[in-house]
Amino acid sequence: MNGNLREQLLILPDYFQGHLLLTLISLSIGILISVPLGVWATQSPRIKRPLLATISIIQTFPSVAILALVVALLGGQIGVLPAVIALVLYSILPIARNTVTGLDTIPLEIVEAARGIGMSPLQILIKVRLPLALPIIIAGIRTAAVWTVGLATLSTLVGATSFGNYIFTGLQTRNLVAVTVGSVAAATLAVILDTLIAGVQWLVENRNQSIDLVKYKRVRNALAVGFLLGVGFSVSSIAPRSEPDFVVGGKGFTEQYIIAGLIAAELEEAGFNVEQRLGLGTEIVYSATANDTVDIYLEYTGTVWANRMKNSENPGRDFVMEGVVSHVEGVDGMVSIGALGFQNLYALAMRKDRAEELGVHTIEDMIPIAQDLVAAGDLEFFGRPEWITLRETYGIDFSEKLTFDAALMYNAVVDRQVDLITAYTSDGRVAAFDLKILEDTRNALLPYDGILIASSVAAENNIFMDTMQALVGQISDEEMREANKIVDVDRRPISDAVHYLQTVID
Amino acid sequence: MLSETAICLYSIQKATLMIELQNIKKSFDNERSFAVSDVSLSVEKGQLLGLIGESGSGKTTTLKMINRLEEPSSGTVRVNDENVLRQDAVYLRRSIGYVFQGIGLFPHYTVLENVAAVPSLLKWELSNIHSRCEEILQMVGLSVDEFGGRYPSQLSGGQQQRVGVARALAAAPEVMLMDEPFGALDPITRADLQEEFKRIQQQLNLTVIMVTHDMTEALLMADRIAVMKGGRILQIGSPKELLNHPEHDYVKRLIEMPRRRASRLEELMRTL
Repeated sequence: MNGNLREQLLILPDYFQGHLLLTLISLSIGILISVPLGVWATQSPRIKRPLLATISIIQTFPSVAILALVVALLGGQIGVLPAVIALVLYSILPIARNTVTGLDTIPLEIVEAARGIGMSPLQILIKVRLPLALPIIIAGIRTAAVWTVGLATLSTLVGATSFGNYIFTGLQTRNLVAVTVGSVAAATLAVILDTLIAGVQWLVENRNQSIDLVKYKRVRNALAVGFLLGVGFSVSSIAPRSEPDFVVGGKGFTEQYIIAGLIAAELEEAGFNVEQRLGLGTEIVYSATANDTVDIYLEYTGTVWANRMKNSENPGRDFVMEGVVSHVEGVDGMVSIGALGFQNLYALAMRKDRAEELGVHTIEDMIPIAQDLVAAGDLEFFGRPEWITLRETYGIDFSEKLTFDAALMYNAVVDRQVDLITAYTSDGRVAAFDLKILEDTRNALLPYDGILIASSVAAENNIFMDTMQALVGQISDEEMREANKIVDVDRRPISDAVHYLQTVID
Repeated sequence: MLSETAICLYSIQKATLMIELQNIKKSFDNERSFAVSDVSLSVEKGQLLGLIGESGSGKTTTLKMINRLEEPSSGTVRVNDENVLRQDAVYLRRSIGYVFQGIGLFPHYTVLENVAAVPSLLKWELSNIHSRCEEILQMVGLSVDEFGGRYPSQLSGGQQQRVGVARALAAAPEVMLMDEPFGALDPITRADLQEEFKRIQQQLNLTVIMVTHDMTEALLMADRIAVMKGGRILQIGSPKELLNHPEHDYVKRLIEMPRRRASRLEELMRTL
C-alpha cells in the first residue's frame, strides 16, 4: 500500500502541472469571453434573455458529451485544446450571469450621476459600472474556478493530462489509492483557488470601507505572495518539456493500460521519447490516430467491424480481420501493424453455481429462460450491433439489461445482483471469480483480435515499425489473461503486468 | 442711430441671459401625455432660479433637459447663447455643474477622486487638478488632508453633499443645475449649507437653477421663483412679486405657507 502511494505521488507534479495549466488557461479565456458577453447582455433585454438562456442550456449538457462533441467538431483532435474549449464553455455561465447581475444592481442614481457629470457610455462602463460590479463578477469567477478544477478531471478522457488520470486509471484498475490521491489533489487545488479568489473579492469589497488598514494590507500582501507563487509555478510548468517522439494511445480499461505500457516500454528501450495518453474513448482514440495526434494503440477487429464499418453479422475471424485491415488502411489512412495474438471477445458469463442451478452451458440453453434473467453489460455492449445479432440469432432477450462500468460489472455478478454479464475472454477476472463462459454455438458474437494500429506518420519510421512488429503474434490468450489478472485480481501495478509480458516475449 | 442703440441694448440683454428655455415639451409616451408642456423661462447670469412644485410637476424633467439628461420632445434650450441640442451631450454636461438629488457620489472613489472627476474627464494637468480640488474643498468647508482620502461611506450626509457641491464646482462651470440638493439633510445642516451655498454662488457669480419642493428654501435662496404644476409654469417672478401678486390659488397657498407657519410659531413662542 505504501509503495503504491509512493508510486502515485511520484507522478503528482506532472498531473498537477497539467491540471493547473488546464484550469488557469480555461478560466482566463472564460473571463475574457464572459465579462464582455455579460456587458453586452445588459445593453438590452432583447439580448439578455436569449443569451442567458443559451448559456444555461450549454451548462445542462453532460460534460462528457460536451467533451466528445468538441473533439468531433475539431475533427478528432485530442489533447489540451478540446479540453480547454469544453472547460471554457462551462465557465461562461457563472461569470456572465454574475456580470449581468452585478451591472444590473448598481443604483440608478450613480449611473445617472456619471452621465450627468459628462461621462461617455464607455467611460461610465469602465470607470463606474464595472468597478462597482466587480465584487459580484469576482464571485462568479470564484464559482467558475471551483467548477473548472472539478471538471478538468474529465479532460483525461480526451487525452489532456489532469488529476483525472489518477481517477480514471484508478477506477479501471481498482486502485483506490490512485483514485483517492487524484480526488484529494483536485479538491485541494479547488480549495486553494477558491481561497485566493475569495481574498481578492474581500479586498475589492472592502476597498471603500472603514476597516482596519493593517489587516487590509496584510491580506493584500498575503494574496500577492499567493498569486506570485501560482504564476511562478504555472510559468515553470509551461517551460518546454521535451517533445515526445511518439504518443501511445489507449482506451480506459486494464488491458489497454497494460499494452500501452508495453508499447511505451519497448519504444523507450529502442531509444525513443514516449508519451502515453490513456483512458480515451474508442471513437476518440481511433480518430486521433487517423489524424496523427496519437501514433499507436491497441484496437480490436470486432470493434472496428461493428462501430466504424457498421456491420453486425459475423462472417468469420479471418474475413473480419481482412475487412478491418483494408478499412483502417484504405479508408482511414492508418497502418495496421498486425495482431498481437490474443483475442478479447465478448462472452456471456455466469457464476458457475448459478449456471449449474439453471442448467445452462451454452447461450442456446438459455433461450427458454432468458426473459427471466437480469443481464449486466459494459458501457458499450447493449448499444452495439452485435447485441442485436445475438438477440436475433438466438431469439433471446433479458428481463433487465443493466449497464455498468466494466470493473463494477464483475462485482455485480459475483455478488448475485445480476444473473449474467458480458465478460471479456482475455479478462483475468473470469477465471479468478470462477465464472462460467456460455458457449456461442451459433457464432453470433464477433471476433476481437487485438491489433496494433499506427498513424501514417509514425509508420514511416523504420525503427518504430521494427520495434512494433516484434510484438506481433507474441501474446497468447493465456498470457494476456494472466497479465490482466496481475492488475485486476492481484491488485499489483500496471508495471508488473508489463514486466510479465516482456518476459513472455523475450 | 436709434436702431444701432437698439441692437446694442438688445445684445447686452441677450448676453446676460445664461439659460433660456423656449416652449419646451417632453412626453415619455409618444405625445399621449406630457410631463412638461410648453415651459419657457430664462435665467440671467449670476442669478439663482428656484424651480418649485410638488412631485410629478415636471420640475426635475425640466432641469434634466437643460444638460440633456433628457431630450425635449420639442422646443429649444439655450445655455450661454448656444443651442444645447446642437452640442455634443457629453461635452455639454462637463461644462455644466450638476448636483444630484441622491447626492450620487461614486462610492468607489475617494473624496478627492470624486471632486476631480470632471477635471479628469476634461484632461486637466494633474497638478492643476490637485490644486483646484484643494481650493474647492476648502470653499465647501472640507480640508483635503482630513477628507481627501476618505470614501463617501465614511462621511456624514452633510459632508457628502458638500463633496457633491464641490464636484459640481470643480471644473469652474458658469451654470449649475441642482436637483433638491439639500432635501435629504437634517434641518440644521440644511440651513448651514443653504447659507454657504448662497455665499459661494454670489462669490463665483454662478447661474443656478435649483429644483426644490421647499418654499422656505426657495424664498431664502432664489432671486426668482418659478412655480410648476402639471408640467406647466403657473407663475414666475421674484419672491416679492409672488408674495404680493400671486396669480393662482395654488401659488398663493404655496407662498403663504412659510408665512403662516412663521406667524403660528411666533404665537406659540409668545404663549410659552
